[in-house]
Amino acid sequence: MLIPTFIGVTLVAFFFIRLLPGDPILLLAGERGISAERYAELQHSFGFDKPVIIQYLNYLMGLFHGEFGMSMVTRRPVWDEFFSLFPATLELSFVAIIIAVLVGIPAGVIAAVKRGSFFDHSVMTGALIGYSMPIFWWALLAIIVFSGWLQWTPVSGRISVMYFFEPVTGFMLIDSLLSDQSGAFGSTISHLILPSIVLATIPMAVIARQTRSAMLEVLGEDYVRTAQAKGLSKLRIVGMHALRNALIPVVTTIGLQVGVLMAGAILTETIFSWPGIGKWMVDSISRRDYQVVQGGLLMIAMLVMVVNLVVDLLYGLINPRIRHR
Amino acid sequence: MKLLTKALAATALAAVLSTTAQAKTLVYCSEGSPEGFTPALYTSGTTFDASSHTIFNKLVEFERGSTNVVPGLAESWDVSEDGLEYTFHLRKGVKFHTTKDFTPSRDFNADDVIFSFMRQKDPNHPFNKVSGGTYEYFGGMSMDSLIKDIVKVDDYTVKFVLSQVEAPFIANMAMDFASIASAEYAAQVEKTGNLDMFDQNPVGTGPFQLVAYQKDAVIRFKAFADYWGGKAAIDDLIFAITPDASVRYQKLKAGECDVMPYPNPADIESMKADPNINMMEQAGLNVGYLAYNNENDKFKDVRVRKALNMAINKNAILDAVFQGAGQVAKNPIPPTMWSYNDKVVDDAYDPEAAKKLLAEAGVTDMKTNIWAMPVQRPYNPNARRMAEMIQADWKAVGVDAEIVSYEWGEYLKRSGTGEHETLLMGWTGDNGDPDNFLYVLLGCDAVKSGSNRARWCNKEFDDLLVKAKQTTDVAERTKLYEEAQVVFKREAPWATIAHSVVFMPISSKVQNYKIDPFGGHIFYGVDIDK
Amino acid sequence: MTDNTIETVSRQSTKAVLKEFWFYFSVNRGAVIGLFVFLTLVLIAFFAPYIAPHDANMQYREAFLLPPAWVDGGNSSFLLGTDAVGRDILSRLIMGSRLSLFVGVIVVVIALTGGIVLGLIAGYYGGKVDTTIMRIMDIILAFPSLLLALVLVAVLGPGLVNAMISIAIVLQPHFVRLTRAAVMAEREREYVVAARVAGAGPLRLMFLTILPNCTAPLIVQATLSFSNAILDAAALGFLGMGAQPPTPEWGTMLAEAREFILRAWWVVTFPGVSILITVLAINLIGDGLRDALDPKLKRS
Repeated sequence: MLIPTFIGVTLVAFFFIRLLPGDPILLLAGERGISAERYAELQHSFGFDKPVIIQYLNYLMGLFHGEFGMSMVTRRPVWDEFFSLFPATLELSFVAIIIAVLVGIPAGVIAAVKRGSFFDHSVMTGALIGYSMPIFWWALLAIIVFSGWLQWTPVSGRISVMYFFEPVTGFMLIDSLLSDQSGAFGSTISHLILPSIVLATIPMAVIARQTRSAMLEVLGEDYVRTAQAKGLSKLRIVGMHALRNALIPVVTTIGLQVGVLMAGAILTETIFSWPGIGKWMVDSISRRDYQVVQGGLLMIAMLVMVVNLVVDLLYGLINPRIRHR
Repeated sequence: MKLLTKALAATALAAVLSTTAQAKTLVYCSEGSPEGFTPALYTSGTTFDASSHTIFNKLVEFERGSTNVVPGLAESWDVSEDGLEYTFHLRKGVKFHTTKDFTPSRDFNADDVIFSFMRQKDPNHPFNKVSGGTYEYFGGMSMDSLIKDIVKVDDYTVKFVLSQVEAPFIANMAMDFASIASAEYAAQVEKTGNLDMFDQNPVGTGPFQLVAYQKDAVIRFKAFADYWGGKAAIDDLIFAITPDASVRYQKLKAGECDVMPYPNPADIESMKADPNINMMEQAGLNVGYLAYNNENDKFKDVRVRKALNMAINKNAILDAVFQGAGQVAKNPIPPTMWSYNDKVVDDAYDPEAAKKLLAEAGVTDMKTNIWAMPVQRPYNPNARRMAEMIQADWKAVGVDAEIVSYEWGEYLKRSGTGEHETLLMGWTGDNGDPDNFLYVLLGCDAVKSGSNRARWCNKEFDDLLVKAKQTTDVAERTKLYEEAQVVFKREAPWATIAHSVVFMPISSKVQNYKIDPFGGHIFYGVDIDK
Repeated sequence: MTDNTIETVSRQSTKAVLKEFWFYFSVNRGAVIGLFVFLTLVLIAFFAPYIAPHDANMQYREAFLLPPAWVDGGNSSFLLGTDAVGRDILSRLIMGSRLSLFVGVIVVVIALTGGIVLGLIAGYYGGKVDTTIMRIMDIILAFPSLLLALVLVAVLGPGLVNAMISIAIVLQPHFVRLTRAAVMAEREREYVVAARVAGAGPLRLMFLTILPNCTAPLIVQATLSFSNAILDAAALGFLGMGAQPPTPEWGTMLAEAREFILRAWWVVTFPGVSILITVLAINLIGDGLRDALDPKLKRS
C-alpha cells in the first residue's frame, strides 16, 4: 500500500516543481542577465534540456541509489543538507510534542473529572483559543513580549554563538551536555523554550480536548460505574481504568499531530530563524531550488507516511478490539 | 521550572566567564547562509562576506572603505603600450592556511593564480565541473572571451593577454570571483578523488580561516596567524546567521552581536538614539530606477517620459520606502563614483507642468503598467510600496497605471525580453567603474543581453561609452562619462529614483569598522574592546 | 400521490429536526456567542465600505505609523493607528473581513463539492474507482497541508484566488473520506436497497437518497474547514504567497508589519487579533454544531 502512494508522491514532488513558474537559471543570473549560449550551457549542466519524462526517470533511478539530487544554490547534495538540518526540526518537534502531551493530557483528564467546574471551563476556553490561534502571529507576540519587553529569552537560533563544539548527535540538548561546557545546556534550553511552546500550542489544545472527551465517554461506561459502585477510590478509577482506555484515541491524535507539527514548523522556524527543514523548504521554494524542494517534499512525505504507519500499528497493539480482527 | 532557573543561572555564569576570557571575539549577525565558500561559483554578497572577504585574497584589492584599487597578492603590475597585456608581479612569502586536511608545503606563487583562473575559463580543467561548475561573474563579465591567455613568466610573474582593450580590467581583477585558491591543495584533493571537498573545506591566503560551518546557524573563523598583512586584531570571527532584521537588532541590543547589516529602515531612529550603538552610514554604490520600455510606442516620445518623471514625488518615496535612508537620484550612477556629473539638473517634481507636457505630446487617458520587483534589494527596500506611490502620483496627472508583479525569476525573464511597459529595477556596482553601470544597464549591446531593461539604444550615448571603454586615461574617461550623463538626462530613458544610504549599526565596542561601498562586510583591520 | 405524502412528512420532520437542533445548539452558550460574533462579522463585511472610516488603500502621507487613538501621539480619526504608508488600520481590517469570510466560503464550497462528488463516487461504486480516488487522497494527505498548499501556490502563482484553490485542494480529502465512509455504511441499508429496487438511478441514489443521511458529519467538517481555510490563507499571506499587497488581507498585513514589530506593536497586533476572533467564533459554532448534530455525544 505504501509503494503506490510513494510513487504518487514522487510524481507530485517532481511534476509540481517543474510547473513552478520562473526560471531557476535566470534567477541565478539576477539583474545581470545572461547570454543565450551561457543559458543553454547551464540548462545542459542541470539536465533541464532533456524531455521531462527522461528527467523524471533519471530522478527515480537516482532515488533508488539513494541520490536526491543536488541543490542548485549551494551545489551540495540535497540528502546532506536535509540531514544537517533535520535534527534541529526533530528536536524542536519532539520537545513541542512532549510539552503538548505533558500539559494536554493532565489538563484534559482533570477537566473531565471535574466536569463543569471553573477549571474545566478555563481549560476548554484555553484549548479553544489555542486551537484557533494563528501561530505565526502567536510567535510574533511571544517575541515582542518575552524577548522584546521582558528580555527573558533570546530571539532566535539554537544556542548562543559563544559556545562551540562539534555536533555529535545533531541534537543540541544532548550535544551541549556532552560538550562539558558550563552553561551550554542552559543556553540551549533558553533558545528552545519559546519556539517549542509556540509549536506545541495547537497540538496541546487538540490533545486536551480529545483527552477530555475520551475521558468523559469512558467515565460513562458501565465498567467504570461498576468500579464506582464497588467503592474504588476516584483516583484509582481514573488512573487505572478510565485513563488507559481513554488514551487509545488520544494516541491516534498524537500521531496525527506529526503532520500538524511539520506544517507548524514551517511557520515557527521561519519566524524564529530556527535552522531546520521547515525554513529550508520555504527558502528553497522562494529561490526556486527545484532539487531541494522536490527532495524535501519527498522526504517529508515519507516521514509522515512512516509515522502514520507506526501509529496504526501502535493502535492495534494497545487496542485489543482491533487486534482480534 | 527549577531546571530552567538553574540553566539560566548557568548561562549567566558562562556569560561572565566568556567576558573574562582573553581571546577577542567579534560576532557579526549576518543576514543569511552563504551558498558556499568558493566565491567564483556564486553571486551573492552574503557568500562573498564569508569567503572572498575573509578566506581569500585577490591579485589586486579594493582599499577597505573605498573603491580605490590597491595591491593585493600582486605587489605591482604593468600594462603594455597597446593595453592588451597586463603583467602582475606577485608578492613573495605569502602563506596558505593550514587546515585539518591540508598542510601547505610552499608559498603562494604563479601556479595558484593560473589554477584559479583556468578553473573558470577552461571547460576541460579538472576542477571546472566541480560543485556544479557555473561561474556567473566570470561568464557574466565576459572574462572568458576577454582573457585570451594567461602566461606564467616565472614563479612570481604572471601575464594576462586580452583580446581587446578593456579599461576596467584592473578593477575587475579586484572582484570576488578573482579570488586565488591553492593549486597545491587542489592537487592533493584530486588524488583523493573527492573533488567536492575542495570547495567545502576552503584553503586561501586571507586574514581569516574557516573553522566550522553549520548551515543556517553559524560560521566560525579564526584569525590566520601567518597572514601576509599581519595577524588580524581580533582572534575569532563568528557569523551568527540571523535572517530577520528585527531579530538582528534585538541581538545587537542584547550584546549577542557586535555588527549587523541591513537594519530595518523603521529601526534606524531608535538605533541612533542608543548610546551603545554606533550608527555608521554611507551612500551606497547603487541606483534604484524606473525604466520606461523605450521600444513601446507609448514611450517613444521623450516628452511623455519627461512628463512622467516630473509627476513622481521622489521625496515622498524616500520617506515612505527608504524611511529617509536614501537620497534622490538624478544620474544613473551614484554620487560617490568618479565621473559623477553634479551639474546635471534633475526633472523637478511638478504635476502641473507634467500635465501640460503630456497634453503637448497629445497624450490623453494614458493607461500603462508598473512592474514591481517581488524582492527586497538595497537599492529598493520595498518595490511594491514604491510602485503604489508612483501609481498614485501618476493618477494625479491622469495616467492610470496597473501594478504588475511576478516571481523574481519570472520577473527577470519577462523584463529581459521587454514585456513590461515601465518597471522598477536597480543595480549595485561590482567594481566601482562607471562602465559597470552605464554600459551594462544602458549600452546598446545590453538590449540584446537583456540587462538594458529600458531597451534604450541611443547612438550618441553608446558611442561615448564605447570610446570610454577603450581609453585608459582616467581624466579622459571622466569627461566622456560626464557627457554621457547629460545625454541620459536629456533623453530620460529612466526615472532615476534613489541611491540608498547604507546603514551599519555597530556596537560601540567595535573600532575601526569601515563601510564597504560595494556592500560587503570586511573585518580585517577591525578591533574590539573587551 | 405517494410522492406528495412523503414530501409533507419530510417537511414536517425537517421542521422538527431544525427545532431539535436549535434546542441542543442553544444549550451551548459558547456556540451562541460564536454565532453572534460571526453574524456581526458578516454584517461588518457586508457593509464594509459604509462602515470603514477611510478608504482602505488611501495613503495619508503626513500620517506614517501613527499609534492607536488612545496612545500618546494617536489621532482620533485613525482609531487603531496607521501603517507604514499612512493607511488607516481599522479601515483595512474592516475591508479585510470581507476577504477572510470570502476565502472561507469559497474554499469550503470548492472543497465540499469536490469532496462530496468524489466521495460519493468512490463509496457508491467501490472497486477500482474507489481505490484510485482514495490513493490520490492518500497522496495529498501524505504532505503536511500547509507545505503542499505553499508549493501549489508557488506553482499557480502567488495571489488570493490561487491561495484559495490550493487550500481547497489540500482540505478536500477530508470530505472525500467522510462522504465515502458514510456512503459505504448507508449503501446496503434497507431504504437504499428499496429505492434501488424501485428503479432509482445511481445519480438519484447517490445525491437524493444517500447524501441527505450523511450531512451531519459533513456540516461539522465544513465548519472546521472554514476556520482552517481562514488560518491557512492568512499563513500563506504571511509567507508572501497569498493575497498580494496592497490587498488588506489580514495575513498579508501581518507580513508587511513584521519589520515594525519592535517599533509599532499596533500594526502587528490588530490583524492577528482579527484573525483569532474570527477563527474562534467559527470554531465555537463548530463545537456547538457537533454537539447538536452528533447523537452519540448528545447524551453525555
